[in-house]
Amino acid sequence: MKSEKKNGTYFLSVLMTILGFLLAAFLNAAVPQKADVVFKPHEIFGITTDSNTAYRFVLVLLSLYYLILGIVSARSEEKKNKYIHATKFRFVMGLLLFLWDLLGTKLQALPQPFFPGPAGIMEAFVAESDYILENTLYSLRLYICGFFIGVVTGILTGILVGWFPKVRYWLSPIMNVLGVIPAVAWMPFALTIMPNPFSAAVFLIAVSVWGLVATLTATGVQSTPKTQFEAGRVLGGNERYLVFHVAIPHALPQIFTGITTSNGYAFTTLVMAEMMGQPGGLGYYINASKVWSAYYKVFAAIIVMAILFSVITHLIELLQKRVLRWQEGVVK
Amino acid sequence: MSEPLLKIENVNRIYEDKETTTQVLHDINLEVRRGEFISIIGSSGCGKTTLLRLIAGLDRPQSGTLFLEGEKITGTSPKRGYVFQQGGLFEWLTVEQNIAAGLKARHIYREKKHRIPEFIEMIGLQGFEKVYPHQISGGMAQRVAIARTLINDPELILLDEPMGALDNFTRADLQDKILEIRKKHNTTMILVTHDIDEALYLSDRIVIMTPRPGCIREVIDVDMYHPRNRNGHDYVHLRKKLLEKFHMASEVKDPEYMI
Ligand SMILES: Nc1ncnc2c1ncn2[C@@H]1O[C@H](COP(=O)(O)OP(=O)(O)O)[C@@H](O)[C@H]1O
Ligand SMILES: [Mg+2]
Repeated sequence: MKSEKKNGTYFLSVLMTILGFLLAAFLNAAVPQKADVVFKPHEIFGITTDSNTAYRFVLVLLSLYYLILGIVSARSEEKKNKYIHATKFRFVMGLLLFLWDLLGTKLQALPQPFFPGPAGIMEAFVAESDYILENTLYSLRLYICGFFIGVVTGILTGILVGWFPKVRYWLSPIMNVLGVIPAVAWMPFALTIMPNPFSAAVFLIAVSVWGLVATLTATGVQSTPKTQFEAGRVLGGNERYLVFHVAIPHALPQIFTGITTSNGYAFTTLVMAEMMGQPGGLGYYINASKVWSAYYKVFAAIIVMAILFSVITHLIELLQKRVLRWQEGVVK
Repeated sequence: MSEPLLKIENVNRIYEDKETTTQVLHDINLEVRRGEFISIIGSSGCGKTTLLRLIAGLDRPQSGTLFLEGEKITGTSPKRGYVFQQGGLFEWLTVEQNIAAGLKARHIYREKKHRIPEFIEMIGLQGFEKVYPHQISGGMAQRVAIARTLINDPELILLDEPMGALDNFTRADLQDKILEIRKKHNTTMILVTHDIDEALYLSDRIVIMTPRPGCIREVIDVDMYHPRNRNGHDYVHLRKKLLEKFHMASEVKDPEYMI
């Protein structure tokens, strides 16, 4: 009886989740557009479509995604509960899209062109998907290079600072001072010493990551309990062993705190650097669109950024979970 | 008589602060034969850990010398294994990896890793190979600590109150395990404990230390076959004698040390 009731709730939950998005799609199809907004058809991936159709396509895709997620989640009690928990939010998201479409596109009740409707934003994707993709890849490349260099140099610095008191003496004050200066402040300097804008931005992103990762790595190394080092020594470990098999593993949780926190800094630096003088990237795209008052493109770029950032954050989380799996279930 | 495995000669250890100097160990002399099981008992703060750390090479004496097989002890060596009271395991390594840590540290992992299952079996942790230290009990953790010391084939194992944090039942269990291991590997062991019964149950000789400054007051031979009956006549008699001596040795009458 009880489980039947539970299953009934779950079924309803999946239905509600999808319903919100389908309602939004239905509205878009059923309500006629105000006469003065016209979406021209464009060709995208070999298909000719207009923004409204593309928007509905995305909504249907979202519903399908949640339907499949619902079916897959049905297998585990934990995932089911998670899904049920998110139902209200997802349903309201669908309703908000519904409202936004109504006010932004259909009735044009929001001030234009500052607040386009969802289909208006789709216009950017439909009309210049190639260009958005090109800029996204530019941002991604910048980000990966800068972040990677920052993390690697940060960890190396942190280990040296944490292990050698002499290095600590000379470097930690510098680290502390540099740590509080926003990386973009180095922009003019970066542009002069680096051969091109790309490497200048890489430099800035790396700087924004380096300080925090180095500081936290050093703290993690230094906070290794004496007993752990002694355990390594009595087992026959030399200094190298103590660094690589005791201090660094012990510092890993803190290193990851550094990485996840500075991930946000790096993204901020990336966008600011791009808005201040890059030949490409999402920040550049925002700036270029603003000049033409193409606010729908600005929103489109922001949406891409949000997706990009959450994907990157998610990947880092996965890596962290994998590397720190020994911490699972530890109550600190 | 053959040369002792471990020889401690006139060892003094003084801790110096800005104002105070504390003599923690005073003129310690002791010889330990190969295969012997020695327990060191004494009240808290009388320098037991300090002495054990000197033997391990984790600390240096101000004066006096320690020898292992006639060779002066100047630092740590895998020949002298050390089991910490607690917190000695690497929490980021599984049980199996912790046991293998010494092999890794000595760069003999490839040649010797086939021995790991044998040690897992010895401590009775089959099925727990891939589990992390925080997921096992304190008693299991200490067994892992002993196994990872043992896999290094040490001449001497130093145990600093390895059962101090365990409940009575687990403690008795681990005591039997230690006897079993000792019988199999014939390893020399020095155990620090504040449990008279534990010392009596396990040792060939019991070293009684007195505090401030830490000296060896008396060394008592325990001539009884294993397994020892904790209620046997000789056992109870010796226990009573030991309690009296211990009582006299510790000026502070702390009920914690009277079992
Ligand atoms: N690093 C140190 N600095 C100063 N005093 C110490 C230090 N280590 C131990 N002591 C002192 O030495 C004495 C003996 O300590 P310890 O060997 O740990 O005793 P036990 O193991 O018998 O309880 C204690 O009084 C303690 O305060
Ligand atoms: Mg002690």
